[in-house]
Amino acid sequence: MTQLALVIDLNVCVGCHACAVNCKEWNTGGHSAPLTDLDAYGKDPDGVWFNRIHVYETDDGSVTQTVNFPRSCLHCEQPDCVTVCPTGASYKREEDGIVLVDAEKCIGCKLCSWACAYGAREYDEIDGVMKKCTLCIDRIYNENLPPAERQPVCVATCPAKARHFGDLGDPESEVSKLVAKRGGFPLMPETGYEPVNRYLPPRPRKVQAGDTGAPARLEAAEDSKATNDFFGWLDQKLSR
Amino acid sequence: MHPAYSVILFTSASGAGYGLLVWLALARLTGAWSIGPVPGLLACLLALALVTTGLMSSTFHLGHPERAWRAFTQWRSSWLSREGVAAVLTYPFALVFTAGWIWDGITPTMMTAAAAGTLVLSLVTVYTTSMIYASLKTIPRWSNGFVSPVYLLFSVASGGLLFAGVLSLSGAAGMNEMILLLAVLLVAWVVKVYYWRYIDTARAESDAGTATGLGHLGKVTQLEAPHTSENYLLKEMGYQVAQKHARKLRRYAFILGLVVPVVLLFGAGNMGGALQATLLVVAMAAGLMGVVLEHWLFFAEAKHVVTLFYGRSV
Repeated sequence: MTQLALVIDLNVCVGCHACAVNCKEWNTGGHSAPLTDLDAYGKDPDGVWFNRIHVYETDDGSVTQTVNFPRSCLHCEQPDCVTVCPTGASYKREEDGIVLVDAEKCIGCKLCSWACAYGAREYDEIDGVMKKCTLCIDRIYNENLPPAERQPVCVATCPAKARHFGDLGDPESEVSKLVAKRGGFPLMPETGYEPVNRYLPPRPRKVQAGDTGAPARLEAAEDSKATNDFFGWLDQKLSR
Repeated sequence: MHPAYSVILFTSASGAGYGLLVWLALARLTGAWSIGPVPGLLACLLALALVTTGLMSSTFHLGHPERAWRAFTQWRSSWLSREGVAAVLTYPFALVFTAGWIWDGITPTMMTAAAAGTLVLSLVTVYTTSMIYASLKTIPRWSNGFVSPVYLLFSVASGGLLFAGVLSLSGAAGMNEMILLLAVLLVAWVVKVYYWRYIDTARAESDAGTATGLGHLGKVTQLEAPHTSENYLLKEMGYQVAQKHARKLRRYAFILGLVVPVVLLFGAGNMGGALQATLLVVAMAAGLMGVVLEHWLFFAEAKHVVTLFYGRSV
């Protein structure tokens, strides 16, 4: 079964927010357009975004790591945001697994956003409906775009190539192989929602000299010449 | 969770309305309380007004109220949809039951059937309301076995306070008549106290480590938020005012909702006339304020797992 999804490499993400910004730019003219803003140039700007970039710090007592962390819809296999919807506006597509909102049927009750554990759904105050990541449905099947551009805009724009797009329902796909090789993991699996997107863990931090390929221990070099001059003599005297 | 006034009003008003219908139907079916036709009619109309106000107010917070009819379509999967269907199904029974108090066109058999239908469907509707919240795995303080019993008990208990007024209008508000509604009120608040104890001690399954999947690297803290001001998620799911004053507000709710009504109802049960009516009105006002406060706390104290991404705990 086809299940299109994103694979996000936390080892590579540099936290530049380009994915979020380009997502906003594309989608404010796309399938769920517009992504409205409130007080955009004021003191407390607020608006609909499908992508949010957090930065976390991990600390195990001796080693700390900084991890840039993009968060968006995970296109769950068991999406409660779909089952709680009283109108059928929220649905998961059988053909490719993408979770979408039918803006013509949405009554704006917000219950789907309560059911989502990942904060994927944001309410549009102006339109009065729920909006969420469409996996750029208007790009990936868009025959007006060159084939290379038929991918979600967050993936296309990522300058670090931290984002990958493909079919995680096919174990032989490039993204599935990447997930298998790097130990990709789902977020908050205890919800039982079976999120599809995978995150690739940051590689272990190199904290010892040996981890970098350098000698694990540095020995003092013997310098036979040095003993012949004045400083060699002084060194010998002082070392006693 | 953000305590939207429309939702608080909805759950409190419709809960009390359905609860009152339950008592009136019970009175009709068992004959345990003698209620005059006019007080019975007035009480049914009050209950229907409360239920209808509640249902209307629940549509106020919709982005597209004109599409609300669509909410009746997904009853096979959505508790919100089931609630809508149950609420609408209750109306024909409740309307016949209301008319039957004074209109002879409704035979005693029809009246019994209408009372039974009203009783069952009122409870079913309240149960479906409770399941909207109890089915959300994202909110550990809602997704537990306390929520449905609490909703049912508070509905019947707050309806019972209104029913005491009906008894008074029928001249039957003695201690014997009111003992059952006092018992329900007491049980409701005892279960609520256990609920509070449960949410204070139960540990959530999720934390920042499982949310980000980075738990194996140690303690996870948010270093930098994705945005500088609050967004929809934080406004809707990250409400924090109640957490600060929870203890105090719980005490107020308990005193208003249980202690004051019980004392006053005991007083009223042993008096008559204007004094009894006054005590009952004060008891009802205090009791319903306690219920509204309890409903407000139910929302305001609930924590959503999405806030884990923002460095908070659930």
